[in-house]
Amino acid sequence: MTTTTTTAASAVDAQRLEHVRQVAHDIRMGVLEQGEAQGEGYVGQALGIADVLAGLYGDTLRLRPEDPEWEERDLFLLSIGHYALALYSALAAARVIPREELLTYAADGSRLPMSGMKTYTPGMEISGGSLGHGLGQAVGMALGLRLRGQHERRVVNLLSDGELNEGSTWEAAMSAAHWRLGNLVALVDLNGLQADGRTEDVLRLEPQEDRWASFDWRVLRIDGNDLHQVLGALDAATAVAAPEGTPTVILCDTRLAHGVPVLEAKDKLHFLRVAPEEWPVAKDQLTARHEGEQR
Amino acid sequence: MSTTTVQRSAAMIASIADPGVPTTPAPFGHTLAALADEDPRLVGLTADLAKYTDMHVFAQAHPDRYFEMGMAEQLLVGAAAGMAAVGLVPFASTYSVFATRRAYDFLCLDAAEPGLNVNIVAALPGLTTGYGPSHQATEDVAILRGMPDLTIFDPADAVDVEALVPAAVALPGPTYTRLLRGQVPRILDRYDYTFEVGKAKVVRPGDDAVMVSSGLMTMRALLAAEELASRHGIEMSVVHCATIKPFDEETVVREVTSGRPAFTAENHSVVGGLFEATAGALVRRGAAAKVRPIGLPDAFLDAGALPTLHDRYGLSTTSVVARVLDELR
Repeated sequence: MTTTTTTAASAVDAQRLEHVRQVAHDIRMGVLEQGEAQGEGYVGQALGIADVLAGLYGDTLRLRPEDPEWEERDLFLLSIGHYALALYSALAAARVIPREELLTYAADGSRLPMSGMKTYTPGMEISGGSLGHGLGQAVGMALGLRLRGQHERRVVNLLSDGELNEGSTWEAAMSAAHWRLGNLVALVDLNGLQADGRTEDVLRLEPQEDRWASFDWRVLRIDGNDLHQVLGALDAATAVAAPEGTPTVILCDTRLAHGVPVLEAKDKLHFLRVAPEEWPVAKDQLTARHEGEQR
Repeated sequence: MSTTTVQRSAAMIASIADPGVPTTPAPFGHTLAALADEDPRLVGLTADLAKYTDMHVFAQAHPDRYFEMGMAEQLLVGAAAGMAAVGLVPFASTYSVFATRRAYDFLCLDAAEPGLNVNIVAALPGLTTGYGPSHQATEDVAILRGMPDLTIFDPADAVDVEALVPAAVALPGPTYTRLLRGQVPRILDRYDYTFEVGKAKVVRPGDDAVMVSSGLMTMRALLAAEELASRHGIEMSVVHCATIKPFDEETVVREVTSGRPAFTAENHSVVGGLFEATAGALVRRGAAAKVRPIGLPDAFLDAGALPTLHDRYGLSTTSVVARVLDELR
């Protein structure tokens, strides 16, 4: 068993960290702008996962913003379609889509629908939304890349804790270990909440490390809102990325609406409804926090 | 002294070929393996049913491009979609019941919505096993006809199977094939017929009746037509629909509104399959015709020996002949 809590944070230098911190802030601000445009949405999850996406889109993934279909890119699969606004923000931060397009989020005719879909948005690799689909497709992609000799390319699937209810996720987890897909990384957002309530009440998830390890995955568990830990874990997961090897899961404990106290304080965090006058407050709080961290 | 013949319920390996009809072993497996010699994009996957879907032939020929995904149909289809997304052309095999009932959401959202070249080859369509409702896919076409952008093939024999595999490779979107496997009848090569995606073909002309058929029921329709001609002087036209979706409405409506007594014949429930596709086409085009459905009842079917069941549910050649004679009298 290879359960590890990453301690690689010390290897992250200050300049790199500062860049990713700025990307995380940009992602959060973009999330708030999209939320304000609609007045509601899965804003809590998007703010919670912003640091992980910043690590990916600000640092780790091999992409060409001007060519989202670049043949050598890493593949990032968002199976949790309702987190789309977070990914749109990350794609804007990575300059794959224009920053100003975020304001069209979930509007009629927009390329940025409420739930993320491959056929709508440059940079989306799959259509998410029906949960438990991402990891199976990731297995196929990882196998396919290996067969085609594209050993440099990685497949990364972001899934949620609620998604672990779906049996198909565990079919895929079994398969990834069986096929020794070292080029596959799963990221699980453990925010503890799903549609009907706390994940522990809906269907018990823990012990997560043991479950993945018993499926023969390499397991890292981190605070998903600590950029040191995020970068350290991504480094550790991708440093060994190879066509043959053990797949890695990074279990990311995150906090819903992280970084925006006015939203963190709300009762119903699964789907946030926010009064118009609260959005400027939220943005001010986010900016103040960011400036405080820069000092 | 009387003896009782016990029909062996060797259901999973039962041949659907009528006596005297030549067969071809594993046409799907051999065709895919041969195509893969030339096309490195082709890969094969299965869900613990390689030997029962003729995928083992491909597996032996191309072990490096064969993927055993285990008894996990959602993974099977999702992984096939992932492979298609990175430029491969996957063929994924399992039984019809599992492909449709268990993996619908995955075929729909992972393959059909993004328009990926994922090809599902599904054995035991309709009533081709005596195992009972767990394995009898009497409603697979009904389940899948509502899925946008999915092409559905219902081949009659080995001639069809050998032709549709390269056609599925060439089609950019997903396909579902009601696979005939094992010793597969070979009958269409006796007629002036070529497989063409999306086309219904008049395989045998006839002035006294017309039968629109698909899948193995085209074989039965042709055998019935020969018997009706030789023993009863009745000439029945047989119109074969190797593609159920997209459905060749123009040809089918033209044939069933020709004034001849008209039938549909399908190895599927009378709900949601060829009969209802035909009925829908007629109504949509403002055409009127009485069409008599030959197909499986809207019921969970019995377990037992396949020949017995085909007689019981009206799919055997003898039953088809009797039904036509009944209607024409």
